Amino acid sequence: MNNPFPLSREGLLTAYRRMRTIREFEERLHVEFATGDIAGFVHLYAGEEAAGVGIMMHLEDHDRIASTHRGHGHCIAKGVDVKAMMAEIYGKATGACAGKGGSMHIADLSRGMMGANGILGAGAPLICGAGLAAQKLGHDGVGITFFGDGASNQGTVLESMNLAAIWNLPVIFVVENNGYAESTSVDYAVASDSYVDRAAGFGMPGITVDGTDFFAVYEAAGEVIRRAREGGGPSLLECKMIRFYGHFEGDAQTYRAPGENEANRQHRDCLKIFTGKILEAGVVETGELAVIDSEVADLIEDALEGAKAAPLPSAAELTTDVYVTY
Amino acid sequence: MARTLSMKDAINEALDQEMGRDPTVVVLGEDIVGGTGSPGEDDAWGGAMGVTKGLIHKHPGQLIDTPLSESAYIGAAIGAATCGLRPVAELMFVDFMGVCLDQIFNQAAKFRYMFGGKAETPVVIRATCGAGFRAAAQHSQMLTPIFTHIPGLKVVCPSNAYDTKGLLIQSIRDNDPVIFLEHKNLYDRETDVPEESYAIPFGEASIAREGTDVTIVTYGMMVPYSLEASETLKREGIDVEVIDLRTLSPIDLDTVFESVEMTGRLVCVDEANPRCSIASDVAAAVAQEAFGSLKGPVAMVTAPHAPVPFSSALEDLYIPSPERIADGVRQTMGERSS
Repeated sequence: MNNPFPLSREGLLTAYRRMRTIREFEERLHVEFATGDIAGFVHLYAGEEAAGVGIMMHLEDHDRIASTHRGHGHCIAKGVDVKAMMAEIYGKATGACAGKGGSMHIADLSRGMMGANGILGAGAPLICGAGLAAQKLGHDGVGITFFGDGASNQGTVLESMNLAAIWNLPVIFVVENNGYAESTSVDYAVASDSYVDRAAGFGMPGITVDGTDFFAVYEAAGEVIRRAREGGGPSLLECKMIRFYGHFEGDAQTYRAPGENEANRQHRDCLKIFTGKILEAGVVETGELAVIDSEVADLIEDALEGAKAAPLPSAAELTTDVYVTY
Repeated sequence: MARTLSMKDAINEALDQEMGRDPTVVVLGEDIVGGTGSPGEDDAWGGAMGVTKGLIHKHPGQLIDTPLSESAYIGAAIGAATCGLRPVAELMFVDFMGVCLDQIFNQAAKFRYMFGGKAETPVVIRATCGAGFRAAAQHSQMLTPIFTHIPGLKVVCPSNAYDTKGLLIQSIRDNDPVIFLEHKNLYDRETDVPEESYAIPFGEASIAREGTDVTIVTYGMMVPYSLEASETLKREGIDVEVIDLRTLSPIDLDTVFESVEMTGRLVCVDEANPRCSIASDVAAAVAQEAFGSLKGPVAMVTAPHAPVPFSSALEDLYIPSPERIADGVRQTMGERSS
């Protein structure tokens, strides 16, 4: 059988499993949030899976990512344990951060996940540090910082692009452009017409891709990550993508055009686009995807049940882990 | 024969010894080498105050000049600290924290707690602090209370060259983020400093002068000023104990309580502005824990609730002077100010 894709059959199924896991995780959270069981702010990545997974398929544990407030998808794509994530979102002692971080601060440094971040644009300086460490320690790890079209206007992001360029750091600046900074349109809030032009202003290559097309993301990410690993310095990668839900759970989304969400789901669902391509090429079969769907649904169900049943942090934990040594 | 070093040279020696001991120690900041990319000589500045002069030749690759871009390079130092380096970042003046504070208080300070105890961020952020340089409102502040307020940060503000070397070495070896504040007007003051490497533990105040009548609690530049005031007061028959806190977070309150239990009188001396200051914090702690030992009200001698002025006529009034400190002590002794 002829495989026209840049990934093996196994690679395609892995990518599908990861995207499907993110989608299922987020769709279930959307439902569970509405019941009132989940506290705080939750920002869902549903609709944006092809970007996170298309990039992270190129990464190993020693590669670092700095994520955003919309970090669940990045975590899953980077290999953070789904059950620990779910327990964290429920504020439980078994959570990835022992219940002290919540949705906006899930991290797993052992997997190279430096943290979701509640401060927009804050990951860009941090990832420069990851790139500097790779340079100084002499390994080929790369650092990837994600930020939205909104945070692309933060001074931290622009300063970091300059710093990465002058130090030739192995760092990729990924703009996840979903068209909305919270409720405000990218057309209003971003002065330049093209992020590629912004990259050029810092002397680095920039690529814009259709972020709903897994293969476009995968190919472009492969190129900029390879360049960074080989000492070629930083790049910018803009993924134009779709946010299926609001800025946060509970957002009435009155800023959207009538029918916009429905049209996006119908025509610009990155998972449907991906499965359409691999099924049409005959590289995988519907039944194989159905098996993955079923396994993923079980995993998320287990994660949810586990999170709900898990113990809350004990009162003694209130003041632990403020410092390494006191 | 004992060797003396200035505080500035003590910092240089601490950085030199730690970079030599551990190749993951990297020092970065604006002009810390100086002249990078310029046509003139290498090592042109060695930092705005010349503190890191000469280190680039001993440790090439471990000192990095940065652009004037505090958010980016302070954040990079913090990020690198979570990825296997032990960066020492220099913020030329602590007043510049305003442009990079998010990286310090929302990122570095919170990683360990927010990530459930799994992160370590061994970064040191050195900055000059303090008034008396005619440097005006944006280059002269004593912002110790702001950092001390934030859980997750350790805050050091030494008063002499000996402590500076030992506390900086401890800061670099510590696995938590440390804000290390160096008073510009102490830079040229010399004390005995051993050549060998040594670390001074955090959270241990030193008794800079023993006395039985009144306790002064202070840190930084106010330590030598308090000692000067103590000599004046000695001639008046008042025997002052001066406690140098050395580290503000963690803070050694036990030493303060023990002293106040002996003297019954407390003067808190702080170059910072008075509201929510180190002085008010120590006064509150003594009121809570040693109230019964107090023979009278606590006195505070601080800068006023005003920015640092430029004119020498005003700046000299702004900084707590040995005379004002002596007045504060007399006040607690129940005497009229001179």
